[in-house]
Amino acid sequence: MSFLIDSSIMITSQIFFFGFGWLFFMRQLFKDYEVRQYVVQVIFSVTFAFSCTMFELIIFEILGVLNSSSRYFHWKMNLCVILLILVFMVPFYIGYFIVSNIRLLHKQRLLFSCLLWLTFMYFFWKLGDPFPILSPKHGILSIEQLISRVGVIGVTLMALLSGFGAVNCPYTYLSYFLRNVTDTDIVALERRLLQTMDMIISKKKRMAMTRRTMFQKGEVHNKPSGFWGMIKSVTTSAPGSENLTLIQQEVDALEELSRQLFLETADLYATKERIEYSKTFKGKYFNFLGYFFSIYCVWKIFMATINIVFDRVGKTDPVTRGIEITVNYLGIQFDMLAMQLPLRCFSALNQAQGITAASHSEAIQEEKKVSSCDSDEGEVLVPTHFLHSGWNNHCHVYQRTADHSYQVLLCHIQQ
Amino acid sequence: MKLKGHDVEEEEELFSFSKRGVGKSSLVHLLCQNQVLGNPSWTVGCSVDVRVHDYKEGTPEEKTYYIEFWDVGGSVGSASSVKSTRAVFYNSVNGIILVHDLTNKKSSQNLYRWSLEALNRDLVPTGVLVTNGDYDREQFADNQIPLLVIGTKLDQIHETKRHEVLTRTAFLAEDFNAEEINLDCTNPRYLAAGSSNAVKLSRFFDKVIEKRYFLRDGNQIPGFPDRKRFGGGTLKSLHYD
Repeated sequence: MSFLIDSSIMITSQIFFFGFGWLFFMRQLFKDYEVRQYVVQVIFSVTFAFSCTMFELIIFEILGVLNSSSRYFHWKMNLCVILLILVFMVPFYIGYFIVSNIRLLHKQRLLFSCLLWLTFMYFFWKLGDPFPILSPKHGILSIEQLISRVGVIGVTLMALLSGFGAVNCPYTYLSYFLRNVTDTDIVALERRLLQTMDMIISKKKRMAMTRRTMFQKGEVHNKPSGFWGMIKSVTTSAPGSENLTLIQQEVDALEELSRQLFLETADLYATKERIEYSKTFKGKYFNFLGYFFSIYCVWKIFMATINIVFDRVGKTDPVTRGIEITVNYLGIQFDMLAMQLPLRCFSALNQAQGITAASHSEAIQEEKKVSSCDSDEGEVLVPTHFLHSGWNNHCHVYQRTADHSYQVLLCHIQQ
Repeated sequence: MKLKGHDVEEEEELFSFSKRGVGKSSLVHLLCQNQVLGNPSWTVGCSVDVRVHDYKEGTPEEKTYYIEFWDVGGSVGSASSVKSTRAVFYNSVNGIILVHDLTNKKSSQNLYRWSLEALNRDLVPTGVLVTNGDYDREQFADNQIPLLVIGTKLDQIHETKRHEVLTRTAFLAEDFNAEEINLDCTNPRYLAAGSSNAVKLSRFFDKVIEKRYFLRDGNQIPGFPDRKRFGGGTLKSLHYD
C-alpha cells in the first residue's frame, strides 16, 4: 500500500519535471525557431525529468522520506531508464539527424546512423580501459560498466564547466580588466565605419554600372565554367571584366575592414556598458565575488600542482576542512539536516573541481578507492560523494543489502 | 556629390530586416546581381550591395537610380551593445524590406520588433520604447517609409501546406500595410522580368525613389529630355540577421 503511495508521489513529480522541461525547451531554447521534430523535445524533457527524479531520490534518501524498498525500486528503475536514454537513444538520434542533413547519405540514413552509433559505442567502451572497472564478478553488459563510463564522462564535463566558470567569472566582473572607453572613442570609430561603408558603396556603384553597360553592349559576362572555361579566362578576358575583378578585390578587402570595425564598435559599446554596470551596487558585489573567486582559483591550482608533484591524494577540500575546523574546535553545534544538503552539494562540486585539477593518476587512485568499496556481500552504499570523514560522527550512513551486486559508482570513501 | 554634370548622387536607404539564417544575403545578391549566391555565409556587421534601377521604366520620365541595400547582421534579441552599434546604420532610411522565413513561423513574429527598432531609431537604443513590444497599428499608420515584406525559402514548403502559409503571410503584409513577395532565393525565375514579383518590386522601388526625391522637394521634378539620364540614388537596405 505504501508502495503505491510512494510510486504515485514519484510519478507526479516526474510528470511535473517533464512539463517543466517541455516548457523550458519551448520558451528558452527554441524561442526563435519552430520545432519540426517533436522527438527532440520529448527526449529532452524525458532526460530532464529522470535526472531531476534521481536528484529528488537522493534528497529523499538523506531526509528519510518514503519507504526504503520503494525508494530502492525507483532508484533502480531510474538508473535503467537514464542509461537506456543516454547510451542508446540520444547518440542514435544525434547520428540520425546529422546524417539526415547530409544530402548524399539521405537515402540510407538509417543505415548510416546505425553505423555512427556503433562507432560511438566502440569509443565509449574504450573509455573504460584505463580505469580498473572490469572485475570478474560483473558481466560485460551490466549496469556497473555503463554507469562507470557515464560517470567518468559526466564528472569530467562538470569539472571542466565549473573550472571554466570559476575563471570566466572573475574575468568578466573584475573591474581591473576594464579599460576606459569614452564617448568620443565610440563616435570616432563609428565615423570610420561609415566612411568605409561609403567607400564600398561607391566601388559597388561603379561595378554595377560597368556590368550594366557591358550587358547592354551585348558582352555576356560568362563565369568560367569547367576546366576549359578556366583556361580560356586566363588568356582572354574582356577589359570590362578585368576592371570588375580588380574592383571586386578592393571591395573584398574593404568589406573585411568594415567587419572588423563593426566588431570593434560593438566591443566598445559592451565595455561601456560593463563600466556602467560596475558602478552599480550589484556590480560592486560581483566585483568582490570576482576577487574572492580569483584567490580561490589560484589556491586550487596551487594545491593541485602540489598534489601532482608530490603524488599525494587530495583528501578534503577547503570548504569541508573549514567546516571541520569550525565544528571541532569551536564546538558549534548546528542543525545537521538543514546544513547537510547545501554544504554537501557545494563540497561535491569542489570534489569535482578537485578531480579535474588533479592529474589523471589521481583520478585512477580515486577510482581504485571506489571499486574497493565493493564488499563481498554485494552491499550497495547509496549516498553519493557527499560523505566525508569529517561528517561521519554526525551523519547517518545508509546501507542496503541487495540481491544483485549492483554497485553505485557514486559512492566515495575517504580514509 | 556630382559626377560629370549629369549624375547626381544622393543617398537612399533601404533596410531589410529579418532573423538570422533567413536568407537576406542570398536575396540581396539575387536582387543586385541577378545571380544566385553560391556560398552564403554568416553576415557579420553590415554588407552593402548596389542595384541599378530604372525609375518609371518605359515612360518618358525614365531615370536611372542606384539603390543601396544595407544588410546588417544581428538578431532582434541580441545584446544591447550590438543594437547600439546597429543604430549607427539607421540614419536616413528611405525604405524597409522585411524578410522572413516561410518555413519558420517565429521569424515573422519578430518582424514587428524589427520594424519598431528601425522606426524608433531616434530614441536612445537602450531607452524605453513606446510600446511594450506588442504590435500597435498606430505605429505604422503615420509611417511614411515604404515597406515591403518578402518571404524566403518558398521551395521548402510542401504543396499541401502552401495555402495555409500564404494566407498567414498575407495577413502579415496587411498588418504592415505593405506589399508582399514570396520567393526562393536560389531560383532566379521568381524575379524574372515581367513576372508579378518583378512588377511589385519595381513598383516598390519607384515608391521609395518618389518619397525620397519628389515629395521632399514638395513638387515634381519636370521630365528630362534625356531618356537615359543617370540619377544617383542609393537605397541602403539593412538586413538584420
